[in-house]
Amino acid sequence: MKTLLILGAGTGGTMVANKMSKHLDPREWQIKIVDKDENHYYQPGFLFIPFGIYKQSDVVKPKKNFLPTGVETVFGEIELIEPDKNKVKLSGGRTLDYDYLVVSTGSYIHPEETDGMLDAYGENVFDFYTPQGAQNLHNFLETWEGGRLVLNVAEMPIKCPVAPLEFLFLADWYFTKRGIRDKVDITYATPLPGAFTKPMASAMLGGILERKGISVIPDFNIMEVDNSSQAIRSYDEIEVPYDLFVTIPVNKGADVIGASGMGDVLNFIPTNKNTLQTEKWENVFIIGDAGNVPASKAGSVAHFMLEIVTENMLSHIKGKEMTARFDGHANCFIESGFNKGLLIDFNYDVEPLPGTFPFVGVGPFRLLQESYLNHIGKMGFKWVYWNMLLKGRELPFVETHMSMNGKKKTLVQEPA
Amino acid sequence: MTAVLENVSLNEEGFMTNPDEWTEEIATVIAKNEGIEELTEAHWKIINHCRATRSANGSSPTLREITTGVGITTKELFKLFPKGPAKKVAKISGLGKPEGCV
Repeated sequence: MKTLLILGAGTGGTMVANKMSKHLDPREWQIKIVDKDENHYYQPGFLFIPFGIYKQSDVVKPKKNFLPTGVETVFGEIELIEPDKNKVKLSGGRTLDYDYLVVSTGSYIHPEETDGMLDAYGENVFDFYTPQGAQNLHNFLETWEGGRLVLNVAEMPIKCPVAPLEFLFLADWYFTKRGIRDKVDITYATPLPGAFTKPMASAMLGGILERKGISVIPDFNIMEVDNSSQAIRSYDEIEVPYDLFVTIPVNKGADVIGASGMGDVLNFIPTNKNTLQTEKWENVFIIGDAGNVPASKAGSVAHFMLEIVTENMLSHIKGKEMTARFDGHANCFIESGFNKGLLIDFNYDVEPLPGTFPFVGVGPFRLLQESYLNHIGKMGFKWVYWNMLLKGRELPFVETHMSMNGKKKTLVQEPA
Repeated sequence: MTAVLENVSLNEEGFMTNPDEWTEEIATVIAKNEGIEELTEAHWKIINHCRATRSANGSSPTLREITTGVGITTKELFKLFPKGPAKKVAKISGLGKPEGCV
């Protein structure tokens, strides 16, 4: 009997378990999946919790609902991965042997990496990348009377690079709805040279920030949070005062990746960006944000990786050449407030472009422009995620490889 | 001094496009243009590290890869290469822009 072991039952690991259980003969293979947490989190939903749009019940469901029968689920802490011995040690002494390993242990925030950040954590310093952080921020916002709101990204890469922008757009909408927008200063201090990582989207999204009266401080590399003077300071001594500080702290891969000596400086596993096989171990593959591939660390990327990683692993098992190639495809709805949203679709080589998606000229979604239907797409995605995506089912009209259909190579000016 | 850069291929942002054209003299000139009057031993340690660990496509390491690799703090790195050390180090070392952004 052979074993496929999957570490982490989040978005990527759950999809792989569902997909591989259909492909591997149960008389020859057993599939095991390990996770420390019995709950599955719809992470794109965390963003909506601070503004009271989603509650905890929208974003948390039991993991067992999404894993196929026939896959052995082990709840426990992973203590050490020994890829040279094909073994994984769990705390409590149990050891799991494997023939093939899929690492889908994700990425996590590390507020302790920035000096002073933890001093007032939960008081007027918050994250929204954890269910608890998002909830604490919601509780704070409900009674906040206004002041200086500063949002900062500590360091790239981060999980979901559009989430900070969506937070800013939604904050503008939320304070407007509460009638206190004129009492809130919103500032975005980012280590990037502009609003986003890619030029055309950066120009477009930067324009929306400007129209909404949100200031951007580019090239801001945070050195410390000084809670006594209520300001953040960059390494080149730029000081930004705050009353409410919302942080996207340093993101790193799982601690166990570092402890097992498998990761880079941020505990992400060096991985072939096209085959999704790890650089060092031919029977170890990654899905989602556990690897160091230069794609967005987002659920849609994990979804597009699924076809590639399962096909290549099946080829490798059969001793055949691996022919599937991941192109870095990402497809993200960006909520922009006031019942509007944008959609971006891009890969390693093609930056987000304006146009229509998925059909030329028809849409129904508009790329890199605000529309009501994009907002409906964003809000409808929660249902798609829980009911289709996690089961490893293909999504209607959305292909694994990015398509140029409907995309235009110049920026369409949107009417103000 | 600028004569040194005459035959060096630079892109629009001032990054060298062929890391093999790089010489220590070129580094000294680019550094001056970037506001660093003299490259000290501490500067060279970082430049040499970046050249040695550049990626296959010639791009420079990220800030964190530099500080971890050389064993200095981010603060010290900002002192040596003020205002955006990742980009400055890449330019002076004749490498492409760091790839951190996706």
